[in-house]
Amino acid sequence: MTTAVPAVVVDGLRVVRGGSVVLDTISLRVQPGSVTGLLGPSGSGKTTLMRAIVGVQILAGGAVTVLGLPAGSPRLRSRLGYVTQAPSVYGDLTVHENLDYFAAVLGAPRARLDAAIDTVGLEQFADRVVRNLSGGQRSRVSLATALLGEPEVLVLDEPTVGLDPVLRRDLWDTFHALAGRGTTLLVSSHVMDEARRCDEIVLLRDGRILAGKAPAGLLAETGQTDLEAAFLALVER
Amino acid sequence: MSPRAPLATAERVLRQLRRDPRTLALVLVVPPVLLTLFKYVFVDQPGTFDRIGGPLVGIFPFIVMFLITSIAMLRERTTGTLERLMTLPLSKLDLLLGYGIAFALLAAVQAAVASAVAFGLLGLDVAGPTWLVIALAVGNAILGMSLGLFASAFARTEFQAVQFMPALVFPQLLLCGLLAPRERMARVLEITSYAMPLTWAYDALARAVTERDPGVKVARDAAIVLGVALVSLGLAATTLRRRTP
Repeated sequence: MTTAVPAVVVDGLRVVRGGSVVLDTISLRVQPGSVTGLLGPSGSGKTTLMRAIVGVQILAGGAVTVLGLPAGSPRLRSRLGYVTQAPSVYGDLTVHENLDYFAAVLGAPRARLDAAIDTVGLEQFADRVVRNLSGGQRSRVSLATALLGEPEVLVLDEPTVGLDPVLRRDLWDTFHALAGRGTTLLVSSHVMDEARRCDEIVLLRDGRILAGKAPAGLLAETGQTDLEAAFLALVER
Repeated sequence: MSPRAPLATAERVLRQLRRDPRTLALVLVVPPVLLTLFKYVFVDQPGTFDRIGGPLVGIFPFIVMFLITSIAMLRERTTGTLERLMTLPLSKLDLLLGYGIAFALLAAVQAAVASAVAFGLLGLDVAGPTWLVIALAVGNAILGMSLGLFASAFARTEFQAVQFMPALVFPQLLLCGLLAPRERMARVLEITSYAMPLTWAYDALARAVTERDPGVKVARDAAIVLGVALVSLGLAATTLRRRTP
């Protein structure tokens, strides 16, 4: 797998916001068709790194390449899906109306609407106004809109926050099913037990990468039995 | 360019408005109520209602669309939907056109209701054709919308956005000639008034109200109004950023 052309290449990326360094010269490669977990405490720069990969972040230095194109290229807009941490959907529309609009913008066939609603488990809520749904349901609507375009790269910022364990497991199964079909997923989380469900994990702290490898490798390197302890061992090293 | 994205955007904006019946009711009911008030405030001064009422029908959409669009676009910014749209294959023009279509339709309904009440119930008497007053009202709504879309880029909160109304709209209302003839104002104010788009919008409406066959000059005034609207739509497009700090 390491010989494949990476789906995402981050090279010496620096981001400065409001005078402080948010990402400090980080480099990373994401393999196609894999689920990569971006982990770290809040404020570690996870969202900024994702924004840089999506191409909406102004960079202070370095380069980000997605599917061989510079991040943010117009040609990537239909090939990359991004779900922000706060659900970015229209609260005054129903679930179905939201998906209808985003499908039209993406030029996606209407047939995908129901599939996307199924994937996130919102069948019974399709005609409910989003504003009246729970926080977790709202973020699933946001996720469903990103699935409509069947993007080759999916960037998901904390997609499982506020979800019950059953739904969380189902969503992780979905992520792996998507990866099995060749989609590259980058998923951030601050919950360490989600890390073991990733093919590869990137640990971020204070704008630097502490480690980037498969979960088993990380445990072996630190001599720990769970990832939370492995993370702490790396921090205190 | 395909019409799909702007039409889908217009449909989405209209669906959002439909979910807010109170706003819709206010948009449609307030102008006729104010026109009625005007008629009876000036009941002792024959001719005043005929002089002010006609132009007012065409100026309401300008004011209302300025407010509604500046808040609607501010919401797109603060809820993150604008950032999402900027990551999708949607051009800035698609988005702005979508807003334009939706609010022009709303303005047409608003002006039609206000005209029906003014001409039908209140006995407003104008020399020119009523359809011209409605057409000018839609043009003014597009002007208000473009200025509102542009102004919203400078507001961080809804409190600020609301303040842009008195800041940018009231001076134009005072100077446009609706309340006092421009030639009787101080020279500097008269000259300033020509730099304000509402002045041209008012002139076109005043001609439609007082002249039986308004013709070329109305077309010129309307062209200036639409020109300013296009320029400010262009400026609004530059404030939609795909990359942010």
